[in-house]
Amino acid sequence: MKIGRRSFLSFLMGGAAGTALSPLPWKLMDDSAIWTQMWPWTPVPEDGEASYVNSSCTLCPGGCGITVRKINDRAVKIEGMKGHPVNNGGLCILGLSGLQLLYGPTRVKTPLKRVGKRGQGRWEKISWKDAVSEIAETLGDLREKGQSHTVGLISGSDRGTVPRLFERFLTVYGSPNFIRTPSIIDSYELTLHLMQGVQALPGFDFENANFILSFGSGILDGWGSPVRMFKANSVWRDTGAKVIQIEPRLSNTAAKSDKWIPINPGTEAALALGIAHVIISESLYDYNFINNYSSGFDDWKRFVLDNYGPDSVATITGIDDRTIIVLARSFARASKPLAICGRGQGITPGSLDECAAVHALNALVGNVNKHGGICAVTEPDYINWPEAEMDAKASAGMQKDRLDDAGSKKFPFSRYLLNRIPEAINSEKKYPLNTLFVAGDNPLYTMSDSKAVKKAFDKIPFVISFSSYMDETAQNADLILPNHVYLERYEDIPTPAGMPRPVIGLSRPVVKPQYNTQHTGDVIIRLAKALGETLSDAFAWDSYDACLKETLGYKWRVMVEKGFWSYPGFVAQPREESFDTVSGKFEFVRKGTGSLKPFKPVKIEGDKTNYPLILMPYDSLRLANGVIGDPPFVMKSVDDTVLKGTDVFIEINPKTAGEQGLREGQLAMLSTPVGKAKVKVHLFDGIMPGIVALPRGLGHTAYDEYLAGKGINFNELIGPVDDPVSGLDAAWGIRVKLAKA
Amino acid sequence: MKQKKAKKYGMVIDLDKCTGCGSCMVACMAENNVPFRKDESNKVLSITWMRVYKLTNGKPFPNTDICYLPRPCMHCEGQHEGHSPCVSVCPAIATDYSSETGVVSQIYTRCFGCRYCMASCPYHARYFNWWDPVWPDGMEKYLSPNVSPRMRGVVEKCSFCFHRYQLAKEKAFMEGRRELKEDEYQTACTQACPAGAITFGDLNNPNHAVHRMVKPDPKHHGRPTHPNAFRLLERLGTNPKVYYISSRDWVRRAGDNYLEHEAELKQTVHHG
Repeated sequence: MKIGRRSFLSFLMGGAAGTALSPLPWKLMDDSAIWTQMWPWTPVPEDGEASYVNSSCTLCPGGCGITVRKINDRAVKIEGMKGHPVNNGGLCILGLSGLQLLYGPTRVKTPLKRVGKRGQGRWEKISWKDAVSEIAETLGDLREKGQSHTVGLISGSDRGTVPRLFERFLTVYGSPNFIRTPSIIDSYELTLHLMQGVQALPGFDFENANFILSFGSGILDGWGSPVRMFKANSVWRDTGAKVIQIEPRLSNTAAKSDKWIPINPGTEAALALGIAHVIISESLYDYNFINNYSSGFDDWKRFVLDNYGPDSVATITGIDDRTIIVLARSFARASKPLAICGRGQGITPGSLDECAAVHALNALVGNVNKHGGICAVTEPDYINWPEAEMDAKASAGMQKDRLDDAGSKKFPFSRYLLNRIPEAINSEKKYPLNTLFVAGDNPLYTMSDSKAVKKAFDKIPFVISFSSYMDETAQNADLILPNHVYLERYEDIPTPAGMPRPVIGLSRPVVKPQYNTQHTGDVIIRLAKALGETLSDAFAWDSYDACLKETLGYKWRVMVEKGFWSYPGFVAQPREESFDTVSGKFEFVRKGTGSLKPFKPVKIEGDKTNYPLILMPYDSLRLANGVIGDPPFVMKSVDDTVLKGTDVFIEINPKTAGEQGLREGQLAMLSTPVGKAKVKVHLFDGIMPGIVALPRGLGHTAYDEYLAGKGINFNELIGPVDDPVSGLDAAWGIRVKLAKA
Repeated sequence: MKQKKAKKYGMVIDLDKCTGCGSCMVACMAENNVPFRKDESNKVLSITWMRVYKLTNGKPFPNTDICYLPRPCMHCEGQHEGHSPCVSVCPAIATDYSSETGVVSQIYTRCFGCRYCMASCPYHARYFNWWDPVWPDGMEKYLSPNVSPRMRGVVEKCSFCFHRYQLAKEKAFMEGRRELKEDEYQTACTQACPAGAITFGDLNNPNHAVHRMVKPDPKHHGRPTHPNAFRLLERLGTNPKVYYISSRDWVRRAGDNYLEHEAELKQTVHHG
């Protein structure tokens, strides 16, 4: 048979038709799915028995209750605990990602000792025994030489058993240099101390307030206990409460508020006093409170009336006088008004004048220690350890001045001034720091003026980090003694920031320790025992868990069962007993702080000619900026107008950008008196012209590839500005120059 | 036995309460074994079953306003039941409409990655796995056995946490019940939302909060009758089962494609 063109084509077409009619194509299509997908390396998670464990989150001071879902011995999901007094079921983005920290690549898996140069990343494994005896030897030597005061400790908190163990350790060892990480809480504590004579935390009864006047507080951006604030905001939406947000940038809080009032940055105190002026001159204040429970009102009244008329305040703040008058009236006439301060998440303590001026507004309308108001919350005194005996060496050490000047003649009211430490070390005026412990903080990342902080760290011969993760500070330490992650350990979680009622949470092991880590509490106890003398007497406990159990006493069982201990019967003190000042009343004039001097805005660094614009940080829940960096899930939620590749965007008003000749997406060089950075431009109408905003939380050099090397750390561009009265960092921004890159 | 009315699970998101915090996104990722990569800033490639968009009103300072809009899969019903844009185009029946629950499923092992469904989805709710998922050493430990990790070459999307429905059904069955209570089946994002902005339930059940909140009109494919409620791209006729509530006019307008100065025009069209 001859194969011609025609028969060949017929054959092909017949074949094609036959194949098409057969099941083969469908089979192949189906198979292609199998061939291209059934890879042995795609994980198949092991199934098993599901269980739930109640615990507490410790990733921020918010103190949320969590319920962790487990499959056999694996933790598979963190959820908010239903019925918890703080978060009742909800949970923030960081808390939800906790398992990526527990099982993540950033864990320090065993105690490490530096072998290369600092920060080089060369480590050798060391046993717990050797690590503890090495520290004990160094500390013992220093104590022998009468230099116990040159040992310092930076702690994320000063409440709860672990920070208290550290404090106790330093006391019996002989060093006054226990330093707590600063925040707006410092300013509030100081304000409460000076105006109400109490040593207490500020508590805000947000849920029952109906007019919230926020001087830049990021109520929905992570201020206070974030989940609680979200819930309060939803309550306000349902009840029709009003929220007024005062800040130069349209933050999430401002966008969700009932009214956003942009203000010249740094002039919030003047606005608060201007509002006070209207309230006083129109006699809208609470007569009962002013007459019966306050002192110094007449002096303060004169000071306010003389200096803060709406027109002069309008000039300072850039808010027109009509708006100020209307704002003051609606604040004073609301049945439950509440004024709060602390910019963004309240990371910077800010100006004391500002905090006091805002607090005075609350006093004017009489909502101090009241339903829907602000109250002084005294931490429940559940830590009652026997008095520790101090030997002569310890007493001598404790007599020395603190390195940060807190409590000195210059700053008599402050307790901790971490922002002053780098300068104190670098200037070498006082005494050096020979050993530094860091627990619950990451100062090489979180402290402003990174260069100066690094320089100071380089001068400390022995730095010990207790971090569970390889963060910036751990990377630059000499010894890392990794703590269990919060999902592996017992620890008490003291009352969260801003809660009007004390709540003690309990963090408890959800899974067994994954690596060769140890509880920091245990390490302190072991260290004290190794040092012997009065130290081992003061730390008689066998283990941290035993100490915690003994400390909590009858509360322990309930806390293990429920996950927290709350004080349902707790009510704010009656007015008569609220104020522990000399007059026994609320003090409008803060004694010894020059509070009646006319307002001068906190002067930020940089001159206007060389640095025509102002740089301000902004906080976002999607960018963890404290001791913990963003886990991969949280990084994934960051918008592409905030971070693209490794470039961070600044927010700038289109008008200002136009003046600088900058377009959307363009690269620009940002320079401040402190540092320089290359950034991309994002035009944003919601920011006041003349201001440039940069997010906090990026620019990590440590942690994993999902976080490190992306964007800029805001702290590289700004330095601290000491508040004249408190000594706390009051910098709210810095002057900046922007040029095409 | 009396024939039970089919369920129509849906979601109502209150944009007045939503703060854009991102909890829903991460709760979803953690619940559904969603993978992540070193750089997730290219949002076209970044797999986010639930994604929070940022809307702006476009007005200059100080009249600017922003609003966040969480976007899960809309689980469209289509012009008639099951005529969802994606379901109607899938050549492999890898995505299907459940007439029992109204959930649009995605069956990874059937999907061969043609991405036709992605092209047809007007909400960009579908994502393609361009790479094999990789969890850093040790992190595989947190993977949930209730949701299978996806492989390279398949499309994935929000399932309204269907595994939670299955678990709840199993539990109810063991207890001798046929009906689920409202709170027994809730999605991970609903549960996690710290603002309580997300509500989930059966749109066909007048006792469920979702029904009460938007009052779907059965004569018009469930179009909301509540004045502040709207659905995304209503005019396309996809009939999504995700509803939004906003008291701000510009947000509701942004929820549907519109031309400049269209507001007046729209009113005349809708009469009749």
